[in-house]
This record gives sequence, C-alpha cells and structure tokens, in this order.
Amino acid sequence: MNVVELVSVTKVYSGDVAALRGVDLEIGAGELVAIVGPSGSGKSTLLHMIGTLDLPTSGTVRIAGYDVGTLSDRELSALRSRHLGFVFQQFHLAAGVNALDNVADGLLYNGVHLRERRERAAAALERVGLGHRLGHRPDQLSGGEQQRVAVARAVVGDPPLLLADEPTGNLDSTAGASVLDVLHDLHASGTTVAVITHDRDVASWAPRQIRVKDGRIMAGATAGADA
Amino acid sequence: MSRLSPARMSPRDVLRVGAAGLRSRPTRVFLSALGIAIGIATMVAVIGISSSSREELLRQLDRLGTNLLTVEPGRTLFGGDAKLPITSTEMVRRIAPVTSAAATGELDATVRRTDRVAKAITSGITVRAADGELLTTLEGRVRTGKWLNAATGRYPAVVLGSVSAQRLGISAVGGQVWIGDRWFTVVGVLDTLPLAPEIDRSALVGFDAAERYLGFDGHPTMIYERSSDSAVNDVLAVLPRTVSPENPDEVDVSRPSDALTAKAAASGAFTNLMLGLGAVALLVGGVGVANTMVISVLERRKEIGLRRSLGATRGQVRVQFLAESLLLSALGGVAGAVLGGLATVAYAVSRGWPAVVPPWAIGGAICATLLIGAVAGLYPAMRAARLSPTEALATA
Repeated sequence: MNVVELVSVTKVYSGDVAALRGVDLEIGAGELVAIVGPSGSGKSTLLHMIGTLDLPTSGTVRIAGYDVGTLSDRELSALRSRHLGFVFQQFHLAAGVNALDNVADGLLYNGVHLRERRERAAAALERVGLGHRLGHRPDQLSGGEQQRVAVARAVVGDPPLLLADEPTGNLDSTAGASVLDVLHDLHASGTTVAVITHDRDVASWAPRQIRVKDGRIMAGATAGADA
Repeated sequence: MSRLSPARMSPRDVLRVGAAGLRSRPTRVFLSALGIAIGIATMVAVIGISSSSREELLRQLDRLGTNLLTVEPGRTLFGGDAKLPITSTEMVRRIAPVTSAAATGELDATVRRTDRVAKAITSGITVRAADGELLTTLEGRVRTGKWLNAATGRYPAVVLGSVSAQRLGISAVGGQVWIGDRWFTVVGVLDTLPLAPEIDRSALVGFDAAERYLGFDGHPTMIYERSSDSAVNDVLAVLPRTVSPENPDEVDVSRPSDALTAKAAASGAFTNLMLGLGAVALLVGGVGVANTMVISVLERRKEIGLRRSLGATRGQVRVQFLAESLLLSALGGVAGAVLGGLATVAYAVSRGWPAVVPPWAIGGAICATLLIGAVAGLYPAMRAARLSPTEALATA
C-alpha cells in the first residue's frame, strides 16, 4: 500500500503564486526517498502537503489511506500524531529541557503516560546512538547530536512515515553523515523515510530520488521509475 | 479504516507544559506576576486589617459588656427640655434585676486651669455632679488618686476624666483647678471609659458639693444602670415608666454598647477606597500578564508549529497558553495573598490587635487571579491556536 499518494495536487498561494502545478506522487511503505530540487522549486510546499501541515488548492492528498482534504483540524492533528514524524533543519528542541524530555514530548499528544513516554524516549535515544546523553540539554550537545535527538523525537511514536526537511542543512558533513546513517537505520527497520533536500549528494544517498522543479515533478514520481 | 480522533491530554500534562513555558523565562514571569501580587496583596491587606480592627472592637465589646443602659431626659410634649425627677436614681435601683445605678448631673460651671483663664474657654470639658456609685456602675478605674467618697463628695474636690486631665495638663493629684468661682482640689484622675466617653471629658464633683458650691438643683441629667445580661431588655422596657411614671415619653433610654457595635459593623466601609486602589493594581497586573502572553506567543511561533507537527490540535495549543496564563497569575495571586497576610499580621501585631485574615478574602483573591489569568490569556491563546502550522514553522 502507498503511504503517500498525491493526485494532481496544486497549491496556489495568495498573489497567484503557484507553488505546485499538478503533482502526482506515490511513495510506498518502507521506501527511502529523497525529494530534491533547488530552492523555490516547491519542494517545501510538497513537504507541507505530505505532512498535512497545509491543504492543497486542488487535487487529492492521501496519507496512510486517509484523504486529507476531508479531515477536520482535529482529525489532521490525530493523523500527524500517529502516522507522521517530522525532522526540521533547525532541530526545534526546547532549550533548557534535557534530551530525554525533549524526545518524550514527541508522545505528548498521543495519550501516553509520562512514565511510558520517558521509557520510550530512552529507547528512541538509544536507537539514534545517544543512549549516553539522556540528561544533556540541547546546549550541551553538538549540532549532529541535537539533530539526532530531533530524529528520536520524530520516531518515538513509531510513525509509519518520517519526513525530514533539510535534516543536514545546518550540519557539517561528518555530523550530516551521522544523521543520514540514523535515517538509513530507521528505513532498514521498516519506517518510510522521505528526505527533502537541495543537496544532490544527500539526494544521491537515497535509493529513489524525486526531482522537483517549478512546482512539477521532473523525475521519480512513481516507485521504480527513472531513479 | 479507523476514525481519527486526537488523544486527550491529562490535566497533569497540561500543567506540566504550561509550567515548562514559564520556567524558560523566569525574569519575565517574576515581573509580570509581581503586578498581580501587588494588587492581591493590597486587597488582602486592606480586608485583613479592617477585619482585625473589627475583631478588636468586638473583643472590646465582650470585655466591656453590653448590659449598661443610660437614661437621659428627652423633650417635653411642647419641645422644652424635660427633667428627670430627683428620685429617679433611687427608683432605678429598685428595679429587681438592676445590680447598680448611678447618676450624673450636668452643671453650668466651667472648669479652668486658673481663674485667669477666660470663662468662655471650656476646653470641651463639662462639669458634672457625680453619684458615689458611678465608678462601680461604669466598671471604671481610677488611674491616680481616689474616687469621690462620702467625705470628698461634700467638699470642693474634683475627679477628672482621662481626656479632661490631659486637656487641663494635670497628671498628678493634689493640684487645684478653678470651677465656677472657686478652687477645687483634684483628688483623682480616671482611666478611659470606652462606654462613657462623656465621662472622659468631664470634671466630676460630688452631689453635695455641687449643690453647695455650684448651684446644682439635684435633677440628674444622665443615669447609668447595669443589670444582669439576660434582663437587659426587660429593664429597657420598664425604665422610662420607672424613672418618670407621669411622663415616660420624656425619657430617653439608650445602650452605649450599641455605638461600638455599629462602629464594628461600619469599620469595613471606609476601606472601599483602598480596595478600589487594589483593584486598579490588579487590573494593571492583568494587563501585564496579557502583554507577557502576547509576546510569548509571538516569540514561540516555532514552538507552536513544532507542537502542531507533533499532533497538537488547535484546542491543545489554546489550552497550553491558557494554562500558562492561569499559572502565571495564580503564582502572583498566591504570592500576593501571602504578602497581604503578612502585612495584616505585622500591622495588627504593631497595634496590639488580633490578626484576622478572613478565608473569604483569600478565596476571593484566588478566584480573582484565576479570572484575570483566564481573561488575560484568552486572546493570546486564541492567536496561538489560530496560527497555521506552516506559517508558524516558517518563522525565521
């Protein structure tokens, strides 16, 4: 089954700026894909569509089988909390809060008790190789470590789909590589991972690349196609 | 496919998230809670101090008793001044439940430090003829010297009320004052009598001396009477007829303790102005909280975006900021209640009063802060909730 299914999706912002001009896209369960394109290509808008953070102007977005356009704000929130995990370029960790609680907050909206949240957060941090850094605050961690904490927060609820928006954008190449390794491990254990990037080197690391330009998909719209 | 429905956040989680938002900005939280604290402290202290003063009055009343009645001549049917019969004190003493009774008679004479002081200068002191039983009936005490007895009551001797002594500048016995047209020897000075302030402002001479030297006609102008507590109302009912069987309507009976009771009841009234000031401080504090929350929402757009991406509903974002605002003002409210309580205790102790902070004042303070927190947080919380996730995340 496809985790992500976009059918002729367009997105027009106010002022007649067309960010997406009829996008068809499928991402299957367990895939590791890179959505690659220059800035202004519409890849961020594409991420918002897939992440249900915004609704398309026309067309259909189906995530984990749910038609996003028919869902209420509450239902969308529930969809995000259970089926999606986000990693952002800027980490978005709470300052002054240790790694364990930052990750545990990833389950705050899933109706899980605090003790279980912390237990699962510890396990998620272990998974990203930060089992020894539970009590460290973000300012005590390197950039790569902070991004791995953010990855742990995104996957602590075991979402079927992980979206990473320029996850290596703020990192040097070593730290970036360590984050990509973690994403690769998650993919290996069955999570669908989509990485949005403008960096061709990062894109080439993924088995499937979806090239976006001027609001259209130039290549890689369906699995197995011209990667 | 299963229907999607967001999980509920437990109240504890709501509090945790709200508290976490405050913990990250301690200085700002302190300053904006301070505004609320000042308002609440003012109001609690004002209520506390006036309650303490009321409590003091009530205790005083307890100590003094409420069984003292006074009888005064009223007006005649034609509007003239009535007179109490000379025998009225004796008649009052014959009422069975009456334990003691005493009379005073107001005199025209004035009391002066010396004969050189102009006659018109009375210093607000009235010269009265006083019955020997007066001090017993009023349960008063002599501060220095002695009360009038059978001997001194016949001679030009005078006992001064506490205020009179102060106004005449006399603190020791043995000196002389000029009353009417002769010297009187001061034999005693009385303690303050809270139930008979008119005696505090009197110079008291014996009945016999008043008749002999000051032309007193023997008609009492005020009779004090004490009875058992349970009989006060019965005595009250029969007093006019007993004192003046022919003209009971010309007799005024009153209960001096009623004045204290009224004072206790009224002591809260003049605090309204202070309460108003406290309310203004509270309002300003509330505006401070609202301001802090608005800025907080602006600064934390990214956090809001992140929470939305983690699955927070609009309602949950709204509740988070409302909880933060409520916690912020509750913090100020609790601190203010404690400060106000301490101020009350300090003031009451310095005045020798019992310290009383009514529970309803504390309860009211807490309700007020919660209300302020809710109102102040409503608009910022709505703004936070309305923010679209992409907009929030796109903030640089």
